[in-house]
Amino acid sequence: MSSVIKPKHQRLVLVLAAIAALIAAALLAAWALRNQASYFYLPAEMVSKPPAADRAVRLGGMVEAGSLKTAPDGVTITFTVSDGTAKVPATFTGITPDLFKEGSGVVAEGHRSSDGVFVADNLLAKHDEKYVPREMRQMSTGEAHQKVEAAK
Amino acid sequence: MGLAALWLAAALAALQLISGFLSLRVADNPLASVVRPTAIVQAALVAVAFLCLIAVFWRTDLSVALVAANSHSAKPLLYKVAGAWGNHEGSMLLWVTIMALAGGCVALLERRLPEPTILATLAAQAFVSLGFYAFLLIASNPFARLDPVPTEGQGLNPLLQDPGLAFHPPTLYIGYVGLSVAFSFAVGALLTREVSPAFARAMRPWVLGAWIFLTLGITAGSYWAYYELGWGGWWFWDPVENASLMPWLAATALLHSVSVLASRNALRAWTVMLGVVAFAMSMIGTFLVRSGVLTSVHAFAVDPERGTFILALLAINIGAALTIFALRAGTVSEGERFAVVSRESALVFNNVMLTAILGIVLLGTLYPLLAEALGAQVSVGPPYFNPATAVFVLPMLVVMGVGPLLRWRRDLFVRVRPALILPLLVMAGVALWLALSGLHLLPLLGIAMGTALLMIALVPLRGRRLRTVTLPLWGMVTAHFGIGVALLGIACDSAFSTERLVAARIGETVAVGPWLVRLGRVEPVTGPNWTALEATLAASYAGAAPSQLKPQARSFWTPPQQTSESAILTRWNGQLYTVLGEEAEDGRWQLRLWWKPFVTLIWFGGVLVALGGVLALLGRVASDWRRHIATAKIAYRRQRQGRG
Repeated sequence: MSSVIKPKHQRLVLVLAAIAALIAAALLAAWALRNQASYFYLPAEMVSKPPAADRAVRLGGMVEAGSLKTAPDGVTITFTVSDGTAKVPATFTGITPDLFKEGSGVVAEGHRSSDGVFVADNLLAKHDEKYVPREMRQMSTGEAHQKVEAAK
Repeated sequence: MGLAALWLAAALAALQLISGFLSLRVADNPLASVVRPTAIVQAALVAVAFLCLIAVFWRTDLSVALVAANSHSAKPLLYKVAGAWGNHEGSMLLWVTIMALAGGCVALLERRLPEPTILATLAAQAFVSLGFYAFLLIASNPFARLDPVPTEGQGLNPLLQDPGLAFHPPTLYIGYVGLSVAFSFAVGALLTREVSPAFARAMRPWVLGAWIFLTLGITAGSYWAYYELGWGGWWFWDPVENASLMPWLAATALLHSVSVLASRNALRAWTVMLGVVAFAMSMIGTFLVRSGVLTSVHAFAVDPERGTFILALLAINIGAALTIFALRAGTVSEGERFAVVSRESALVFNNVMLTAILGIVLLGTLYPLLAEALGAQVSVGPPYFNPATAVFVLPMLVVMGVGPLLRWRRDLFVRVRPALILPLLVMAGVALWLALSGLHLLPLLGIAMGTALLMIALVPLRGRRLRTVTLPLWGMVTAHFGIGVALLGIACDSAFSTERLVAARIGETVAVGPWLVRLGRVEPVTGPNWTALEATLAASYAGAAPSQLKPQARSFWTPPQQTSESAILTRWNGQLYTVLGEEAEDGRWQLRLWWKPFVTLIWFGGVLVALGGVLALLGRVASDWRRHIATAKIAYRRQRQGRG
C-alpha cells in the first residue's frame, strides 16, 4: 500500500489526528450538554418562562398539602408542586420514595407536557441526612424554602 | 498502637522519598541501598495500622470515634469488619495500605529495570503516599478517641449492608492504587529518561492487575446498583459510577499502548502521558466520591473540607507529574514507526477513542459543578451520556474486531478481508431482521455488532492449534469476546425489557412478558437490625410450575431508613425482577415487575473481560519467570566456568 506516511511526519500526523478526534469529542460534548443537560426549575420559573415541552428538566418545590391523590389504578399519583408563589400540577406513575409526602420537599425529574402538567419520570425525596438532592439542600436554607414557609 | 504504626510509616515514606531522590542526584550514594528496605518496612507498618483498625471494628470498641459513628454492636460480624473501610477515614487508610503494599512489592520483586529507574519510581510512590499520610494524620485520623465513651454506635448505612458491598470498595481501591504504581513508573522513567520496552514490560503487570480489579469492581458495583437500589437499571451515569469508569477507560487505553511500547517500542511519550492521566482519573474519582461535591444516589461520604484536601493532593501530584512530563517529553526520543494499516494504528485508534470517551464522561460529570459556579443548576444524565459515548464506542468496537487480525508495522487490508466476510454477513442479517421488527437504532446496532463481535473475537484463534496458543492471546480473545457478550446483554436489555407497574390484590395474577406472577400474601418479618413487609409471589414462566419470590420493603432502625429489597429470579434467558411498593388505600399492593431477557449477559461479559485480563497477566508473569530462571541459569553456568 502506498499510504505509508513520510517517517518524519508520522508523529505530527498522529498528534494532529488525536487532537482532531479530541476536539470533535469536546464539540460533541458541548453540543449535547446544551441540549441534554436538564435544568432545575422552581414552580414560579416553570410558570413564567416554561421550558419547551418534552425537554428534560427538574422541578423542585413542596408537595402542597391536600393535593396528593391516587388514581384508580393504584400506582399513578397526581399532586401539586408549589414554591409559595406559583403552583404546577404534576403526575407520576410508580413507587414513590418513602419520604415523599404532603408538605415535604420534592425534586421531580421529567418534562412538561403540552397541557402544562409536569410528567415526572422520577421523584427524589429527602432520603436521610446523607442523601439530599443538591437542589433540595439549598432549598432548605435558601430563598425557596422561606417562600414556602411564608406561604403556609 | 495503630496510630504509632501510621506515624512511623509516614516517617519512613519521607525517608524513602528523600533517599530515593538523593541517590538520583549523586552517583553511588550510600542512601540508595536504603530505599528498597524502607519501602518494604513501610508497607509492613501500614498493614499493621490497618489490621489495628479492623480489630477495633471487630470488637466494636466504641471509644474510637470512627467505630461509634459507623458501627453497631447488633450488626452481623461481616459488616462490622467491612465497616472498617465503609467510611471515609477507613477507606483512606485502606488506600495508603494498598499503596504501601504495592510499593513494597515493587521494591521486593522488580529487578529488570536499571536501578536508578526503580529508585526514582519508589521515590515517586513515596511522594504520593506521603500526601495521603498527611491527609490521614492531619485531617482524618481513623484512630481518634471519644470521651466519654458512647453506649451504642450509630450503625452503618443499610444500603451498604450487603455482602457485595463488603468487597466492592477494596476491589476498586486496589484498581485505583494499582494505577498509582503505573504513575510512579511513568514518573520514574521520565526522571531517568528510560522510556523503553523494558520499562513497558515492568509496568504492564501492574496496569493489567489494576485493570482486572477495576473491571471486577465496576461489574460488581453495577450488579449491586441493579438489585439493591430496586430501580431495575444497571448503569445510571451517576457521578460515583463515572468515578470508577473514568480510571477504567484510562487504564484500558494504557493497557493497549503499553503493549505497543513493549512489543514495538512505539508510542513512548503517549504511554507515559497515559500513565499520568490514569492515576489522575483515580484521584479525581476518589475526590468525587469522598468530597461529596456531586450529590448522587450513592454519595455516602460527604465532607467538603476533605474534598479540598484531596483536590490539593491531586493538583500537587498531577501538576508535578505534568511539569516533569512537559520538561522531559522532548527528550523522549521518537519510537519505531508504522504504516496506516497496521496493528499499531488500530491500537492508536483505540486509544484516541477511549480518550475521547473519557473526555466526554469527565465533562458530563463535572459540568454540573461548572454550571453551578456560573449560577445555574443542572443535572446531566443518560440523555447526554448515551448518545455522546455511543458515537465513539461503536467505531471503537469495529476497530476492536479488526485490529487483532492485523500484523505489526504494516499490513494489507485485503489480507484480513476473508476473515471478516462471514461476521459482517451475519451482522447485516441480524440488523435486517431486527429492523423489520421495528427496533430503535442503538439497540439494533448493539445487538448486530454484539453478534458480529462474538464471531470476530474468535478469529485470531483460526488456523492455530489451540494447545499452542499463548496465554496472553487467550486473554485478549476472552476479553474481546466478553465485550461482545456485555454489549449483547446491554442491547437486549434496552430492546426487549418489559415492565409492569400495578396495584394488585392478594390472590391477583399479573402478566409480564412470558411470566404470570401471582401475589400470594404480604406479611411482616424481622431481621437482626430491621423489620420488613415481605410479599410472597408465585411466578410461572410460560405455564411451567411456579417458583417463589419474596421481595421486601425493609425498615432499618439504626439509622432509621427504608430500603426495598428486590427479589430476582434468574433463568438462562433472562431475569424476572420484582419490587414491592406501598399498600394502596383499598388494600391493594404496589408491585413493580420487569422481565429482562439476557440482562445477565452484561455482568457475565464483565467477568469474562476480567478473566481475559487474568489469563494475560498469568501468561506475562509466567514468561517473565521463565526468562528470570533462564538468565539465572546462564549466570550460574558462567560463574562455574569462571571458577573451573
